[in-house]
Amino acid sequence: MSVPLSHVLIVASLMFAMGLGCVVAWRANVIMMLIGIEIMLNAVMLTFVGGSAHWGIADGQLFSLMLMALTSAEVSLALAMVVYLHRRKNTVNTDQFDSMKG
Amino acid sequence: MEATLFYILAAVLLTGILFAITARQAVRSIVYLVTSFFALALMFYLLGAPLIAAFEVIIYAGAIMVLFLFVIMMLELESPEKLPQPHFKNWLPALLLAGAVVGSLVVLLCSRLQAVPPGFVEIPVRQFAFALFKQYGVAVEVVSMQLLFALVGALYLGRRR
Repeated sequence: MSVPLSHVLIVASLMFAMGLGCVVAWRANVIMMLIGIEIMLNAVMLTFVGGSAHWGIADGQLFSLMLMALTSAEVSLALAMVVYLHRRKNTVNTDQFDSMKG
Repeated sequence: MEATLFYILAAVLLTGILFAITARQAVRSIVYLVTSFFALALMFYLLGAPLIAAFEVIIYAGAIMVLFLFVIMMLELESPEKLPQPHFKNWLPALLLAGAVVGSLVVLLCSRLQAVPPGFVEIPVRQFAFALFKQYGVAVEVVSMQLLFALVGALYLGRRR
């Protein structure tokens, strides 16, 4: 394929900026914050795969595989925590979870 | 031909994500996100990573997003009108941060215009598997332990009392 690496990096950074915006804008909703984190991790995976294809080394693809394992562990724990918090306070609004006054 | 397909897929991906982060209900956002992850998987395939493309479809679009959907439906959230919508003053810092990222990218691309690099190298699955199990075998073991810890933690958090 004849797409320069910089175009792949442009797509990945636009994706990362959108995920960052999602996390910052929806900071009152735990589920949308998790979705934003997913988008950012996918942008990083696209960067890894593009670099791996550019230099012809398999390491970038390996690290995107590791990132997928990390994400599945993180999402399972985070969603279990969302269910736990929803069972306690009956909401997913982050402003309600202020018992540590953080 | 492949380059055209790449740009079409990039447009689908970015549009899907834009709709996902501005959707009013979390379920719609998940559906848009599944669409854009399918486009991302095809982009991985075009970049010469067929195994990662398959894992993207199986793990991301097939497992993680369905897990999100399952949890959202299980929680029985109140009607979407009552959920706090981000107002303009909530979007403002987000737009500022995203603009900073995009602006730094533009500055970086304008500062040094090098020659167009050659096309991408396709990495065969044999090389991928060789590197994974010969060179990073310890990392595979660590990942398996991490998944076990996540399983134990999820069971602990989800237990009934």
